[in-house]
Amino acid sequence: MNNPAAALSLSNISCSFPSSDNQSIYTAIENVDLDLETGEFVSIVGPTGCGKSTILNVAAGLISPSKGSVKVFGEGLNSINQHAGYMFQSNTLMPWRSAKENIMLGLEYHGLAKQEINDIAEDWLRKVGLGNFGNRYPHQLSGGMQKRVALAQTLALNPKIILMDEPFSALDIQTRQLMENELLQLCQSNIPDGKKSVLFITHDLDEAIAMSDRVIVMSAGPASHPIGNFKIDLPKPRDVAEIKSHAKFHEYYSMIWNVLRSEVMKSYSQQMK
Amino acid sequence: MITSQKKIITWQILILLAILIIWQIFSRSTNVAFFIGEPLVVFNRLIHWLFIEQDVYLHLGITLLETCLAFSIGTIAGTMCGLLLGLSPNLSAIFDPYIKALNSMPRVILAPIFAVWFGLGIWSKVALAITLVFFVVFFNVFQGIKEVSPNILANAKMLGANRKQLIRSVYLPSATSWVFSSLHTSIGLAFVGAVVGEYLGSASGVGYLILQAEGSFDINTVIAGIILLTVCALILDTLVGLIEQKLMVWRPASGSNEKL
Repeated sequence: MNNPAAALSLSNISCSFPSSDNQSIYTAIENVDLDLETGEFVSIVGPTGCGKSTILNVAAGLISPSKGSVKVFGEGLNSINQHAGYMFQSNTLMPWRSAKENIMLGLEYHGLAKQEINDIAEDWLRKVGLGNFGNRYPHQLSGGMQKRVALAQTLALNPKIILMDEPFSALDIQTRQLMENELLQLCQSNIPDGKKSVLFITHDLDEAIAMSDRVIVMSAGPASHPIGNFKIDLPKPRDVAEIKSHAKFHEYYSMIWNVLRSEVMKSYSQQMK
Repeated sequence: MITSQKKIITWQILILLAILIIWQIFSRSTNVAFFIGEPLVVFNRLIHWLFIEQDVYLHLGITLLETCLAFSIGTIAGTMCGLLLGLSPNLSAIFDPYIKALNSMPRVILAPIFAVWFGLGIWSKVALAITLVFFVVFFNVFQGIKEVSPNILANAKMLGANRKQLIRSVYLPSATSWVFSSLHTSIGLAFVGAVVGEYLGSASGVGYLILQAEGSFDINTVIAGIILLTVCALILDTLVGLIEQKLMVWRPASGSNEKL
């Protein structure tokens, strides 16, 4: 079932960690098979603690799986995934660097020429609507602005694969819709060399359906694995606010929610123990 | 805001005056003045030192030189060792008991050893002050390295940083902020080290002046020396604060919220 040409291909991945008391082993994910086609936007939804972030960390090469293999454009992955940009859930901006310097970070690591770095950073500042805020430090920016800087920082390297871990969960609903639209636009427009493939984690089903080509539902942890795979056939380009009134949107919603609900209940009852 | 600021300063001056007046009243009896000195004589002494005989500048200069040398050497060495051990879990595990032992040792007691090693000149004082400064900076940097945000680290790795770039762009800057939080303590300790070193054996410096005066029960000169040292320590601390403000612009000022 794995496609060798996929941008990202996880086959039969399992991840176990020693639990905090070192007495037992906790299996976060088990037998996960997942393909991300080139140019595809895939969302993973699931109850809390279902190992969604673990999947992303494996795809990013930040942790190596206990079992199974990861392939990036057909090649095995042993270290950091060079083709991927990762936008974390938490704040990852360096407080001692201004917005622009934060965007320049990855470009500096890659050893680009100073002038080029500066041009790209300026360009991205404008693209995310922060043209006049380049000199501000993160603490002088609002939460939404910080997220935009983080987005620009990730995308400035022009990664072929974008991994996103609940990137907008901390934002208020208006800012969030703005950012979601911006992301969709950026993914669809900035395509000089092939389309972007996005693996997007969220616990918001609305967000998942509105943005994705495909939604994958994870079972409740431990040993969680995909239990549903839904192709979202909604017209593109989309506006996340408008698409929610589309007739098929509600069909998809109830279809996926039917699968997701029982897992959410399971996860909830486990936490109550 | 401004009025309350003014009020506070007025009160501060009033308290100072009250202390000086009470002190002066008590010291009118020569028996008491022998122990607590006399404000007017102390003041007189300071004026003589600073403006009339002008002989204190040499001593003050030497003490400050020792302080600055110890402060810079101690801070640099502490930062380097903190970085080295913070970045290498093996090294830190090996050296852990030695560092703990050195840190819990009452280091002022090393002064006689340093006097034998480095003589009675400035270097024995510098060495003593370094031992005080080094550990403060060292532990701060060490802790700072351990507490570098794992998110920022993972993000830097994803953006393509190699080990050298990680150290330069993540570890060093976050260690720097910890160094600065320790600088106020360490400049004070450098000063203490220098003065105590002089006090324990020397031929110049403010500590030496105090020691001399104490030998002849000249309590007024002792107090004048103490006042001089206090003022210098305050000035040094203010300087560090100014440098900190310049270099740490990115840090949110406490209490202020500039968020948009």
